[in-house]
Amino acid sequence: MLSIQADNPVIELKSLVKKYGDFTAVDYLSLNVYPGEIFGLLGPNGAGKTTTILMMLGLTEPTSGSVKVCGIDSTRNPMQVKRKVGYMPDDVGFYEDRSAFDNLMYTSGLNRIPPKEGRERALRLLERVGLAEAAHKRVGTFSRGMRQRLGLADVLIKQPEVIILDEPTLGIDPEGVRELLALIEELSRKEGLTVLLSSHHLHQVQQICDRVGLFVRGKLIASGDIDTLSRQLDGAPAHRIELDVATAAEPIEDSIRGMEGVLSVTRKETERLASSQGEAAPVTLVVTSHSDLTAELADFVVRQGVRIHGLRPHRYGLDDIYHRYFEGGETRERMG
Amino acid sequence: MSVWADKWRAAIGGNPRRKEADSAGVTGRSTPPFWVMVQKEFGDHIRSWRFVILLAIITLACVGSIYAAITALKAGVSSTDDPTDTRFLFLSMFTASDGNLPNFLTFLSFLAPLIGIAIGFDSVNSERNKGTLSRVLSQPVHRDDFLNAKFVAGLLLIAVVIFSLGFLVMGMGLFTIGYPPTPEEFGRVVVVLLMTTVYVGLWLNLSLLFSVRFKQAATSALSGIALWIFFLVFYGMILNLIAGAITPSDTSDASSVIQYSNTMQFLSRISPSELFQEAAQTLLLPDTRTLNPFVTQEQAYLAISAPLSFGQSLLLVWPHIVAMIAETAVCFAASYVLFMRQEVRSRS
Repeated sequence: MLSIQADNPVIELKSLVKKYGDFTAVDYLSLNVYPGEIFGLLGPNGAGKTTTILMMLGLTEPTSGSVKVCGIDSTRNPMQVKRKVGYMPDDVGFYEDRSAFDNLMYTSGLNRIPPKEGRERALRLLERVGLAEAAHKRVGTFSRGMRQRLGLADVLIKQPEVIILDEPTLGIDPEGVRELLALIEELSRKEGLTVLLSSHHLHQVQQICDRVGLFVRGKLIASGDIDTLSRQLDGAPAHRIELDVATAAEPIEDSIRGMEGVLSVTRKETERLASSQGEAAPVTLVVTSHSDLTAELADFVVRQGVRIHGLRPHRYGLDDIYHRYFEGGETRERMG
Repeated sequence: MSVWADKWRAAIGGNPRRKEADSAGVTGRSTPPFWVMVQKEFGDHIRSWRFVILLAIITLACVGSIYAAITALKAGVSSTDDPTDTRFLFLSMFTASDGNLPNFLTFLSFLAPLIGIAIGFDSVNSERNKGTLSRVLSQPVHRDDFLNAKFVAGLLLIAVVIFSLGFLVMGMGLFTIGYPPTPEEFGRVVVVLLMTTVYVGLWLNLSLLFSVRFKQAATSALSGIALWIFFLVFYGMILNLIAGAITPSDTSDASSVIQYSNTMQFLSRISPSELFQEAAQTLLLPDTRTLNPFVTQEQAYLAISAPLSFGQSLLLVWPHIVAMIAETAVCFAASYVLFMRQEVRSRS
């Protein structure tokens, strides 16, 4: 990690601003992405992720600030940047009545790859993303997951140094997401590609990203790996333990609250799916603390004469970070 | 030497040689992205159902007009004053009609806008809606190349269609009337076909402009068709209204009458279809000596009743051609500016 940071950044944003009239989409954003890492840009919809990406490619001009990709100014020399960067837009579109192979050949033609070489690369990439047998089918017949994989092949055909994926996992089923992410990770690790992916699916980002940046209302509020993030978040409790106890007598909560180091105890609402077991269902308590209290807690509860059905220690994850920052008006907008 | 060649190539193509291409021993000689796009657009047009339907309509119109022309020619209406006059008999293939069906020229001026609109109306907005626009523009291509490629491919297709139809009519005419064209007649027909291409190109650009401006393909198609119908039906009516309003009360005042007539002519020539028809008629009917409605009695009387030479006819319609090209350029400039200013976002 440290050795990576020592290199020159591949993507370098300096106090980038983009305004649409009165609305500020990107607000003094500074960000560095280093060679070979997978960087996750995490934020709710409308946070300015796509706008930032468009500015990196020179497709939109920033109001002020500078964007450099591979040391090239994207605003001044978009052509050179676009030669080195592969971009997959969210909800990537293809020419529906052409085959997957034709679509790739078109992209390779636009990148001035000689037809013979383009053909080889297209076939190799289709093989790689698992679309070899569908190569000559019309893209119109493809499923969402297949399209995303074709999108990845489309990005890779120009043999880029950096790939930028905008919401690559949107709308794919869990298995498809897993495959796609595995593919992205493999590419990055094996070929040393720098990957920047934007998402609002924190779990997916968590799985493969080296570092993430939290992006809310045009501002980068925190960035780094998960540990750094939880440290950056002021006053966030570091540990959380979920405890399933037999039908909770009220006092147990209070007595846990009395333990040393415990910050809070809350009763977790039972999940609908699990509630069919009847009245004997255990109650889940969520205990937060500064230090790891798992062993002490178990010991304490048993000594109180309450049976423990389950004990799950949690580290503070992106989940909580996400909730902390995104559960404003933005999430509700997204649902609607 | 080779260094210079590379530098030169890089300068014209703006393409630094690709590392992998060099290592694989492949030279960097490949089609520029612009022509790749043109090829793809052209292919898309030809494969589309829309094109097949258009072609069917136009071919029908062609065959119908030829039939009408031939029956008219057989009945001997080629030249009104002298039935034995066979000068420019071949050209009357394009202008004669037996009255049942419109002649080729009328058909063409009627259908040309439709071809232009049909080819251009969804060229930009459908790419935007399908999400292919952002993908293509994130490739190393200039942004304006995208629009230029759309235009060039469309125009190329139109030229192919118009010329093949024109030559089809000529060929069938040769078969049926058995009277070969003189080089002059051939030249006139080719110029008319070129003009038709420019005219359709104007409508193509107009619909391209709508397709940049409107996000929905249906809206842009409708606005194109609305404009077409406006010039076809309503423009004449509006002109009549205006004519009624500004008719000089004193018909003996020559200068005011001339001014009135000039104004009306100018107004009617704003319509591209009027421009096209006037120009095409002048070229196909060489007896047209002037487009000015005012010919003094002396001029009319003393003029030798002879057709204009090709060069003179061309000179007469040159302003029309320039005006059409100018209108096309204005439309293209408008869509260019609009397109370059637009945000490229996927499906929005």
